[in-house]
Amino acid sequence: MNTNSNVYTVVYTTIVVVVVAAVLAFAAMQFKPRQIANVKAETLSQMMAAAQLGQKEELSAMGNDAVLAKYAENIDKAFTVDLSGKKVRDLSTDVNDIEVIDNLKPQDKNIKAASANAELPVYVFKSGVTVIPIYGAGLWGPVWGYAAFNADGCTLAGAYFDHASETPGLGAKIKDEPWFREKFIGKKADFEGEHIFNLSKNAEESGADNAIDAISGATMTSKGLNEAINVWFAAYKPYFKAAAAAAVAVEQTVNEQED
Amino acid sequence: MDNKLKETILNPIFKGNPITVLVLGICSSLAVTVQLKGACVMALSVIVVTGLSSLLVSLLRNTIPNRVRIIVQLVVVALMVILVDQFLKAYAYSVGKQLSVYIGLIITNCIVMGRIEAFALGNKPLPSLLDGLANGFGYGMILVIVAFFRELLGSGTLFGFRVLPEAYVPNNLVILPPFALILLGCIIWVQRAVDKDLQEN
Repeated sequence: MNTNSNVYTVVYTTIVVVVVAAVLAFAAMQFKPRQIANVKAETLSQMMAAAQLGQKEELSAMGNDAVLAKYAENIDKAFTVDLSGKKVRDLSTDVNDIEVIDNLKPQDKNIKAASANAELPVYVFKSGVTVIPIYGAGLWGPVWGYAAFNADGCTLAGAYFDHASETPGLGAKIKDEPWFREKFIGKKADFEGEHIFNLSKNAEESGADNAIDAISGATMTSKGLNEAINVWFAAYKPYFKAAAAAAVAVEQTVNEQED
Repeated sequence: MDNKLKETILNPIFKGNPITVLVLGICSSLAVTVQLKGACVMALSVIVVTGLSSLLVSLLRNTIPNRVRIIVQLVVVALMVILVDQFLKAYAYSVGKQLSVYIGLIITNCIVMGRIEAFALGNKPLPSLLDGLANGFGYGMILVIVAFFRELLGSGTLFGFRVLPEAYVPNNLVILPPFALILLGCIIWVQRAVDKDLQEN
């Protein structure tokens, strides 16, 4: 048989491509459930790292089931809110059916367009901290993270950042360097000011509570992260305002009862 | 085992080592050798990919149209790499995440295509499989040696367990890619000192 004829070549390559595609599709289906479980455990361990419930590496080393169990043990309530801060629906926190919203990219568009169908997840842990996601664009790909707020609705209890493909040693520091995320602890989001949060060059010189220095050599990553933080914090602003007001009200009633 | 087969297996490990003698696959050997665990997973992945893609191409070798053979080889290699990547994402998520793009970049590793083009296209399946596995092993071996020194001196640990006393101050240069190049140079030096045949006149 002439393996160099045009017909043979076309038929041969077609068969090869179809067979390879079929094999890959089958493999993808087989691996999918485990991959989804891994991603979920990763998301939960990142949220718990932000909420200061442990170091990320320790949480990851625990294994998927232990991560789910630890989350279920520590979570108080999880629900989604819309852009006006009103609650939309509850997210299940049962250990066998933990619900997280991690398809953040479409949400990012909804939020920027102040779209009515934006659904923002809120995770309230028993320790009193509220964890929210942030999502944005770094230099090479997406950057995202989780910010943990104290009960006052503006002081940060912690943060955790991750990225898809930032430069190792430069932009990747947002994830790799613990000192970077530790800087966020105790900072305050300024919901009334011009910038809710200010992650930029020499920002700390201003001495403001919401300022953190950008990472040198990682200008674009820092910019992307800064925008992500500001866009997402702004989206949650109505929720945190309402939550802070409710907390004050509860305190007042307690005080009145004590009087 | 006859001598030819033995030669096929032993040659890539020492005399024709893909990294230290052929100087292929340098890029990934700089990138994934900061920690021993990552290097081991990368080594295993490359062994699997080189072995299986050499085997598959060897099985197909008489049917592949000569004009599109590189494309067909590329499809086979890509198939293996994606399978390995998907497998790691399912069963070794954190290591897979740490190796990130470098698993996908095995496709562009010259060793894989090089062995297919130079060996698997002209040899029977069994020798091709062994040649692929041995070349992957030769590559992985150097990776593990480099990673051993980099993790030991750069973090004071091996496989994440502390080996050197707390008083040891980790050397940050060792963590950075240039040091892998220096180490590779040292390995090549040692190898050439041991085997004079490798020295150029």
